Amino acid sequence: MKLKEKFSELRKRDEGALIGFVTAGDPIPELTVDIVNSLIRGGIDIIELGLPFSDPIADGVIIQKASERSLSEGMNPDLYFEIAKKIEGIPKVCLTYYNLVLHRGLENFVRDCLKSGIDGLIVPDLPIEEATPLLNACDKYNINLIFLVAPTTTEERLKKILHVSKGFLYVVSLLGVTGAREKLSESVKPLLSRIRKSSSQIPLAVGFGISKTEHIKEVLRAGADGAIVGSAFVRIIEKNLDNKERMLSELEEFTRELKEATR
Amino acid sequence: MKLPDKLGRFDRYGGKFAPEVLMPALEELEMGFEKYRKDKGFQRELDYYLREFAGRPTPLYYAKNLTEKIGGAKIYLKREDLVHGGAHKLNNTLGQALLAKKMGKQRIIAETGAGQHGVATAIAAAALGIRCEVYMGTEDIERQKLNVFRMELMNTKVIPVKSGSKTLKDAINEAMRDWLTNVETTYYLIGSIVGPHPYPMMVREFQRVIGKETKEQILEKESSLPDAVVACVGGGSNAIGTFYEFLEDKVELIGVEAGGKGIKTGEHGASLCAGTDGVLHGAYSKLLQDRYGQIKTSYSIAAGLDYPGVGPELSYLVKKGRVKVTSVTDKETLDAFKLLSQTEGIVPALESAHAIHHAVKMAERMEKDQVIVVNLSGRGDKDVFVVAEALGVEL
Repeated sequence: MKLKEKFSELRKRDEGALIGFVTAGDPIPELTVDIVNSLIRGGIDIIELGLPFSDPIADGVIIQKASERSLSEGMNPDLYFEIAKKIEGIPKVCLTYYNLVLHRGLENFVRDCLKSGIDGLIVPDLPIEEATPLLNACDKYNINLIFLVAPTTTEERLKKILHVSKGFLYVVSLLGVTGAREKLSESVKPLLSRIRKSSSQIPLAVGFGISKTEHIKEVLRAGADGAIVGSAFVRIIEKNLDNKERMLSELEEFTRELKEATR
Repeated sequence: MKLPDKLGRFDRYGGKFAPEVLMPALEELEMGFEKYRKDKGFQRELDYYLREFAGRPTPLYYAKNLTEKIGGAKIYLKREDLVHGGAHKLNNTLGQALLAKKMGKQRIIAETGAGQHGVATAIAAAALGIRCEVYMGTEDIERQKLNVFRMELMNTKVIPVKSGSKTLKDAINEAMRDWLTNVETTYYLIGSIVGPHPYPMMVREFQRVIGKETKEQILEKESSLPDAVVACVGGGSNAIGTFYEFLEDKVELIGVEAGGKGIKTGEHGASLCAGTDGVLHGAYSKLLQDRYGQIKTSYSIAAGLDYPGVGPELSYLVKKGRVKVTSVTDKETLDAFKLLSQTEGIVPALESAHAIHHAVKMAERMEKDQVIVVNLSGRGDKDVFVVAEALGVEL
């Protein structure tokens, strides 16, 4: 399924999108499909599957540790695309750092995304200034290159970013790294209305620090089309490393609660 | 054409591969730097600190005993080890800390490997009255306890980094995460010619003073340019600072990387000799990485060279063939460490001892009327515990 269809389907139902992130291969590659299927059963709309990098500068400690667990269990891009292929039923987005894309070859990487049914690509260390080669590759294979917008993004940059953004816009809720936070950042609402003034078209998904049903309700009320939850899921995985059944059922249950908040 | 270009590129190398949160700050920094580099008041103030506080100019010392012992080319040492704090690092930290102050930033953060950049940042921050916090890998904290204590004495908070390989690479990751969080109030003071644009250019500009002085001094002493200039390369700041003034001249420029236990063992820090192209810490440059692009852990007895990347400008100059590179192993480094201590009464930093070793090897094969300049980038007091352990001496 494509991102575009998903967002228009949700719009018709007057629902927000729940986008879930997990690191592929955490805690072991064999468990990733089961983990994502638990999220799907719980009602997740889009899966953002992380391809772990050795030096994830935009990630907080929870996802850093997930990356380390995954890499130490032999995760690599070849395996990643094999796993991604096995996930079905909802749109899939790949999140990774630029060096892994670059090293595989931009076209090869994007072609492998297409072959595995991945519809979007997020590269947090690739700003628009450096994105032209990857944009060209993504256009060629019809993959949505998803950009991030932050509270520090100026009007001028925002315009440029909106001009090339496809799929959805990743709205970074705060200044900082990924990680579950107690309270929603105060910069979200002004940022969302600022973006809405410039563009009414592209779906806006808010991420970084979103970990509770109240956060989701708040961002949707403020005009977002979706919310991205990552570290809160990874924390459940981390907490249940020794108990697969409990891990999967807690993930499903938590997803169900979060999804309820988007309705 | 003058490099870097507007996008911060040295041909294919360099650029700005940073998260969106930081992009406006990088633009602000670029504008701040362009404004103040031309500002006479700023230059006067920086010159004052370099002269009165850091102890510049540093001597270009003819290493007569070493030269005679080798019996080849004349060896000169650019005495950056005599800069206040014990290494060339202060040239850059004074420049950037002054810039941070002019830009109205209340807090400075930095990363450190050997601790030399951390100490130099602590010194500059204390001298200029700015709050300072330094990220340092726990592995390096263990290796460089002395420098940790020095930083703390100067009121800098040292924050231990336990992630990844627990060395410089991870300290940079953590400093970048801090900057992402506190970008509006904090200045990130990078210690080498690495990172996203404008850092590689800016750090080069603050380190160019080494080469400028060297050129004047050698012309005065020898009435001609040297045949070769040698410097060690971790990230590359002392090397680019020494080489830059000689780029247009007929002078051989050689960078010496950390050969660790030998290039073939895979345990080294030689990104230029053995690395491939990729993106790390905001720039496209030579890196140590595996076949998927995961960054490898580097290794060197010298913490300051223990980094799996290198500056984009050096990557470019090596690709172009203007700068030659080689590597020196831990074992060879220890020999050079002892040799310089014994012959000249100068205990070099382990980093600089890499360059000394290669210069000695070159000098042996050169004529007596030829001249080599080695940048002695730092002093070795910080390394005595590591060296004693390597030599099996109990202190």
